[in-house]
Amino acid sequence: MSELLQTLLEGAFPDAEGVEVVDRTGGGDHFHVTVVSPRFAGLSLVDQHRLVYDALAEPLADGTIHELRITTRGDA
Amino acid sequence: MSDLSDRIQETIDAEPVVAFIKGTHEQCMCGNSERALQALRSVGTSFIAVDVLPDPAIRQELSALSSWPTIPQVFVGGELIGGADIVQELAASGELESKLNEKLGDSWRNGGEERTVAVTDREDPFRLAG
Repeated sequence: MSELLQTLLEGAFPDAEGVEVVDRTGGGDHFHVTVVSPRFAGLSLVDQHRLVYDALAEPLADGTIHELRITTRGDA
Repeated sequence: MSDLSDRIQETIDAEPVVAFIKGTHEQCMCGNSERALQALRSVGTSFIAVDVLPDPAIRQELSALSSWPTIPQVFVGGELIGGADIVQELAASGELESKLNEKLGDSWRNGGEERTVAVTDREDPFRLAG
């Protein structure tokens, strides 16, 4: 399941300097994702996280992701 | 706009600091909601909690209003400032206090009172079960 999230995030942030997906519990439904992308520059944290939620809308909506932690950074 | 949506919006507009959480401020049912409350407590602000568990419609209407898909959601002065990760990050960096000052002046430094309010008349089925 981590691979799906990785693919979705890399697709949504093609210019990302880093995408990391951690399965926090090993159960395949509690994740911590970190995205480092210049696209976040100048955006509020709320808007940065909204972009990540948008990228993961499908697995969030269908219950694949039970819990999601997000870390975003504009540069490495 | 439904009545429920109106009541949610009124709560967001009327209360200086509102946290929509799973559970109540005394009996939080979710780790992320608890992290958001701890972040608010760490700066000593008063806040109102709204339990989203009594009715799934609360969460649906809230997310439609806020364009934010998950719980918790913390609002300051009517503005969504984030979920658990952001509020925790803001608290750690000192920006949460800046945000509270910017939105509310000094009025949030008023003793760290906490209470949970209802936006629906339905009972929380989880709390009844517990």
